[in-house]
Amino acid sequence: MNDKPFAITLDPNSSLANHTGNWRTMRPVYVDRLPPCNHACPAGENIQAWLYLAEEKNYEAAWRRLMEDNPMPAIHGRVCYHPCETACNRGQLDQSVSIRAVERFLGDLAIKEGWRVPCAPSTGRKVLIVGAGPSGLSAAYHLTRMGHRVTIHEASDKVGGMMRYGIPSYRLPRDVVDAEVGRMEAMGVTIRLNTKVEDLDAAIQEGGFHATFLAVGAHLARRIDIPGFDAKRLLDAATFLRSMESDSPIKIGRRLAVYGGGNTAIDVARTAERLGVEPVIIYRRDEAHAPSFKEEVAEARDEGVQFQWLRSLAKGADRTLTLEVMELDEHGKPKPTGRFETIEADTVVLALGQKADTAFLRNVTGARLRDDGTVEVDEQMMTGHPGLFAGGDMVPGEQSVSMATGHGKLAARHIDAYLRGARYVRPHGHALATFDRLNTWYYTDAEQSKQPLLTLARRRGSFEEMVGALDQDTALLEARRCLSCGNCFECDNCYAVCPDNAVIKLGAGNRFAINYDYCKGCGLCAEECPCGAIDMVKEVK
Amino acid sequence: MTTQRIKFYQTGTYTAGNRLLDDEARTVQSRPDRTNSLNSGHRACQGCGEALGARYAIDAAMRAAHKRLIAINATGCLEVFSSPYPESAWQIPWMHSLFGNAPAVASGVAAALRAKGHDDVKVVAQGGDGATVDIGFGCLSGMFERNDEVLYICYDNEAYMNTGIQRSGATPPFARTNTTQAVGEAPGNLLGTGKNVPRIAMAHGIPYVATASVADLHDLEAKVATAMGMKGARYIHIHVPCPLGWGSDPAHTMKVARMAVESGLFPLFEARAGRVVDRTKIRRKVSVERYLELQTRFKHLFEPCRNDEAIAAIQAIADEHVATYGLLESEGL
Repeated sequence: MNDKPFAITLDPNSSLANHTGNWRTMRPVYVDRLPPCNHACPAGENIQAWLYLAEEKNYEAAWRRLMEDNPMPAIHGRVCYHPCETACNRGQLDQSVSIRAVERFLGDLAIKEGWRVPCAPSTGRKVLIVGAGPSGLSAAYHLTRMGHRVTIHEASDKVGGMMRYGIPSYRLPRDVVDAEVGRMEAMGVTIRLNTKVEDLDAAIQEGGFHATFLAVGAHLARRIDIPGFDAKRLLDAATFLRSMESDSPIKIGRRLAVYGGGNTAIDVARTAERLGVEPVIIYRRDEAHAPSFKEEVAEARDEGVQFQWLRSLAKGADRTLTLEVMELDEHGKPKPTGRFETIEADTVVLALGQKADTAFLRNVTGARLRDDGTVEVDEQMMTGHPGLFAGGDMVPGEQSVSMATGHGKLAARHIDAYLRGARYVRPHGHALATFDRLNTWYYTDAEQSKQPLLTLARRRGSFEEMVGALDQDTALLEARRCLSCGNCFECDNCYAVCPDNAVIKLGAGNRFAINYDYCKGCGLCAEECPCGAIDMVKEVK
Repeated sequence: MTTQRIKFYQTGTYTAGNRLLDDEARTVQSRPDRTNSLNSGHRACQGCGEALGARYAIDAAMRAAHKRLIAINATGCLEVFSSPYPESAWQIPWMHSLFGNAPAVASGVAAALRAKGHDDVKVVAQGGDGATVDIGFGCLSGMFERNDEVLYICYDNEAYMNTGIQRSGATPPFARTNTTQAVGEAPGNLLGTGKNVPRIAMAHGIPYVATASVADLHDLEAKVATAMGMKGARYIHIHVPCPLGWGSDPAHTMKVARMAVESGLFPLFEARAGRVVDRTKIRRKVSVERYLELQTRFKHLFEPCRNDEAIAAIQAIADEHVATYGLLESEGL
């Protein structure tokens, strides 16, 4: 006491002695939330994560992140119906991030650069996959990466399934399919073409396979008869589109009627348009109720495809069709009106959906088939027959390339677990990163980049790819439009806005931590976090 | 082939930092080596705008002055919560004397430094709106007219908060304080009272006057850096919400400040030698209600019945600012 000046009783001290953290009733906690794009992706991609890497111009790392979930980014970057973009939070701000265009950029770059994916050491286990479509190829890739020996039996003379025989080449050039499948073969996937599996047991016995994944797809067309119309000029969409891949495409005359309102009907009509045929699409309901994607309809119309909405096929005669005018009831169901019209048509293509051809499973013990031909699987994607898994279009559910690819990945995980005598349990996911959690103030306005389209004149008479690629700068810009919903992107806002210096910056790549000795729990960090990666949780004493 | 040149990063223009930005384009506050002039352990309320504004401004000044800086503090919240005996939260040379004399003390420190030949050491004086607008105003005006070598920073939270929320000359019309209760015929602070110190500072013709907001970190730091690079008397007036006195959620400190700027109620501008030379444009224009409704000091304008006349009067002030300073894209300066 005596050594201090007059009226001074305490030593000088830093405010650090004052632990203001004990004022706190709410505690900020860093979280990772599930971005809506990831949530919506049928292939289960971690889109936010690979965009994050692409934003840093680290394209190879971005591609490798993508490849952990989807072995065919160049294909999906062209044909996926991008549910991710529909779900994208940025869509509520200006326009969604053009995720598919960036995926295509990465996929094409990987093909150009010849990037390869390494495999785990061999497990000595052998897996048979039936069908080289998207789900079979996806499962083959993932299983090979896990170190299993995979053989695919494919009935056709080329790989790709619906990616080759269902999707027209102006949407998906075949060299892209060949490149991405070729990469899998280089990894060690064996593909036996022209090998239709008739006797499954024999095929398994012969190859000594420890597990089997069925992915035969849905190639059997649903058909109707048109009374009075020549059955030889009545085709189905699958047959028509498939014939385009052969050396002798089916001749369809000058006027083509396509019956159906889905995307396949559009594909058929636009293919016909490119052959110089005049296609008309006939559908029982109106445009608003058609299951096809709106942009597909618009593009088809631009190319000259005619539409006859609210018409059903009543009967036919030589080169003419009689259509009945329909009207919609209050539930959107079409009802006949008794009024008829006649149009001219040389050929009719039915685009009424497809079923799986699963007749070869009838004699397999334990496999249960539904009336529509799909095979039932349990939550492990296994049929009633042990070691026999199935996925893609041949199991009940939505049918698309991305869905099938997702099935393939999931099946690979289940099969891998099965081969190890374990059971794959899906990890518990994060809660969704919803738009209301974002602080959009911090995002710069930036419009979506548009991919170039082939001019109309060049589309006619040619199967040249219709949608062009983004160049590197534009792809980078598009990647950087990502809001990084629910995942810290190290913008330093929390570190800057804390009035108490209670946010510790851990350095590039390591994010941040809270110093709870001083954090008063004001909640500013959580409020000002652009991407909603901080939760305020009740303090428990 | 459509190509779009990359002009900016989608995030980073408004956030404090961003991993994609060059170091120089990031704010001082995003740097791991920022001074943290006002350190942890200070006793400001949760979500204090003034504590934040002070660290933003002084850290930026420290960087501009290469850490050769002395700060003089007036009495007020900032002084009280940062230096309860015997603790100090300041990590810089810092000095406090009285409520009303901070500008004079700063002038003295500047004169002493000059006398001793320490030309490289800069002087910053800081205080709240009470010390600046009311109590220290005479000293401030003297510092301005002598054009002393001082940057004076006012943290404006629009009332005397530390002593229990009494009205100051910076309290806005209709705001409830403990000396302008929301009762009677004209509830809250009277319309037509108060003073605009940035304009008064401009009238002194000093080299630099600017307004800033804690809600716009890039803008604030740029203004401090500009001021630090100049000679003579300089003045920066920073809008800092007070959750306690304004009755706002501590988590909304930034949001409240942002709404003040975006509504036009708190215009951000720069003036040199008495003339406005630049302003920060409003990015997403909002009505003043978006600002008022976040604060219970304006609650009487909405409950029990809405006071349209008062809200219109406040909106008119905002509109006047928009027109005077050209705060919208279409408006000229």
